[in-house]
Amino acid sequence: MTQLLHSTSLKIFGILICVVLLVCSVFSSIVFGVMDTSWKEAVEAYASFNGTNEHIVIKEVRVPRALIAAAVGASLGIAGALLQALTKNPLADLSIFGINSGASFFIVIAASFFSVNSLSGFAWVAFAGAAVSGVFVYFLGSIGRDGMSPVKLTLAGAAMTALFSSLTHGLLTANERTLEEVLFWLSGSVAGRKLEMLAGVFPYMMTAWILALIIAGPINTFMLGEDVAKGLGQRTLLVKITTGITIILLSGSAVAVAGPIGFIGLIIPHIARFLVGIDTRWIVTYSALLGAVLLLVSDIGARFIAMPKEMPISVMTALIGAPFFVYVARKGLARS
Amino acid sequence: MKKYVPFRMNKPPVSFLLDKKTAVITITLLILTMISLVVSTGLGSMKIHPLEVIKVLVGSGAEQYTVVVQSFRLPRNVIAILVGAALAVAGAILQGVFRNPLASPDIIGITGGASVAAIIFITQFEKASIHLLPVAAFLGAATVAVLIYILAWKRGVTPLRLVLIGVGMDFAMHGLTTLFLVISHIHLTSKAKIWLTGTLYGTTWNNVSIMLLWMLVLIPLTFVFGRNVNVQQLGDEIATGVGSELQRHRVILLTISVALAGSAIAFGGNIAFVGLLAPHIARKLVGSAFGGLLPVSALIGALMVMLADLVARTAFAPMDVPVGIFTSAIGAPFFIYLLYKNQNR
Repeated sequence: MTQLLHSTSLKIFGILICVVLLVCSVFSSIVFGVMDTSWKEAVEAYASFNGTNEHIVIKEVRVPRALIAAAVGASLGIAGALLQALTKNPLADLSIFGINSGASFFIVIAASFFSVNSLSGFAWVAFAGAAVSGVFVYFLGSIGRDGMSPVKLTLAGAAMTALFSSLTHGLLTANERTLEEVLFWLSGSVAGRKLEMLAGVFPYMMTAWILALIIAGPINTFMLGEDVAKGLGQRTLLVKITTGITIILLSGSAVAVAGPIGFIGLIIPHIARFLVGIDTRWIVTYSALLGAVLLLVSDIGARFIAMPKEMPISVMTALIGAPFFVYVARKGLARS
Repeated sequence: MKKYVPFRMNKPPVSFLLDKKTAVITITLLILTMISLVVSTGLGSMKIHPLEVIKVLVGSGAEQYTVVVQSFRLPRNVIAILVGAALAVAGAILQGVFRNPLASPDIIGITGGASVAAIIFITQFEKASIHLLPVAAFLGAATVAVLIYILAWKRGVTPLRLVLIGVGMDFAMHGLTTLFLVISHIHLTSKAKIWLTGTLYGTTWNNVSIMLLWMLVLIPLTFVFGRNVNVQQLGDEIATGVGSELQRHRVILLTISVALAGSAIAFGGNIAFVGLLAPHIARKLVGSAFGGLLPVSALIGALMVMLADLVARTAFAPMDVPVGIFTSAIGAPFFIYLLYKNQNR
């Protein structure tokens, strides 16, 4: 396996660079947009708030948006890294495994039949939806004697996505009022979310981040192959279940806040592996940082491409991510 | 009793073995389709006795029924039959060529490509004639298919790579669909949504005749080239070894499949899972030899879409629910069953 950063000190230096990148993107996300503001105003909004439009926009819109993008991006990156390790599938991602579309389907059901229409209400429904479809897809992937293969899992996810999105479209056709309420949420975005929504799911995100770092070591052993891991005395079932729970916590909270955003979880772990090699502990750390950076940058891009209209961020990530998926599919299968 | 009946002809030189069982099943399904057509045409907000429907069909029906049957119910049911058959045959070809039981136009992105083209057409060309919609959908499907083929090419095309690249393309198409839904005006969006789920509402004889023309060209081609699938299923090496021009036939078969799927999507919208389901049921009935599989798949697909549409337009009357929801509701559990079965193999 080729990797860019060989020694531990280089890897730590790399982390520092990633942190600097992250801070820069957070600041850019706060400063740039339809209403142009400056670094000075951003600081002033907190130091000496004077109620001008710029200050209100920064405090009420831009800062929540940047923080949510960073937290969601980090969660998606880690979730992707764990999902790829757990399924030994280089094509794994939340959107590819139908988790995102499952959550969307739950949201639409809640909005159509139970008149849920607050963003915080959506958050909890999305959490449940991601958990249910996550468990379901995992269960589907685990039954049978010869276990999972990349193609089977990818196809299973694709089919579940087809099912969920068809049912979602159906419900939306039957009920136009719901359409307007949920369409923007369904397209995945970090705009217009309140800081309280992030606060609601942040404990779960934090728990999952810590869990991910703890199980990264055991996952290294697990990656040697289940038989080898068992031979070395690892309780592989425990590792699998913990990883699964972590993924559901991450995807549930990310989807709850930002809607279905795909492909961050696909792209980021590949870049991380390219930088630091196969050690899961480093991959998880780098995936978190780079995931946050990529989502922030995509979000900034989404503001500018169709200005003054906002593009859904999921469209940005899908349009970058799908070609990347094709690239991985071509490259990954040439080796096997 | 012999299982096969040989059939030979010198001019033009045609010969094949007719499987008796397949023939019986095909004829049974044909009769079943005819009965369903008559019964389904009679059902709706105005109930018409099947005998009255037949009277209308032969030209001696009562005045008040003639209009309903001839201008509303019949074109809709006929297009259901054609769309179902086209989707099923397209699916059968894809599954055969990709040697993958989980392949179908809606899973590898061909339907997605047609959807994007149609959404662009509906939302961006508001004033254009709606008759051009099928052309747009077909162009979208074809573009995606060509892209998939080019991207999957690496000293030849393997079934596995085609399927995976197809799934990847489907994601890109979803992204584009969402993009155009969000940036368009809300009333165009809901119009596009209806189309996206698949509906046969408002079909006219004009649509039927265009679709029929397509089918009359494509179905014979399918039979001519379909026999090559039998060889392909033995694997690339063996197929090449016995003298099959593998890559050329693969391109031709995929083109036919795209044309069929494209026209079905153009007239019926995004009707999911029929292309996956129908060939599987057909294989259970007559085995996987392509000669018998194609007509049986076509008939089963036709029945599926017609019955799903019957439920869609009557069960929640006066609301006309998109037919795609019902095919999905049956298709998904079946897909999970397939997945489970294949994992045990």
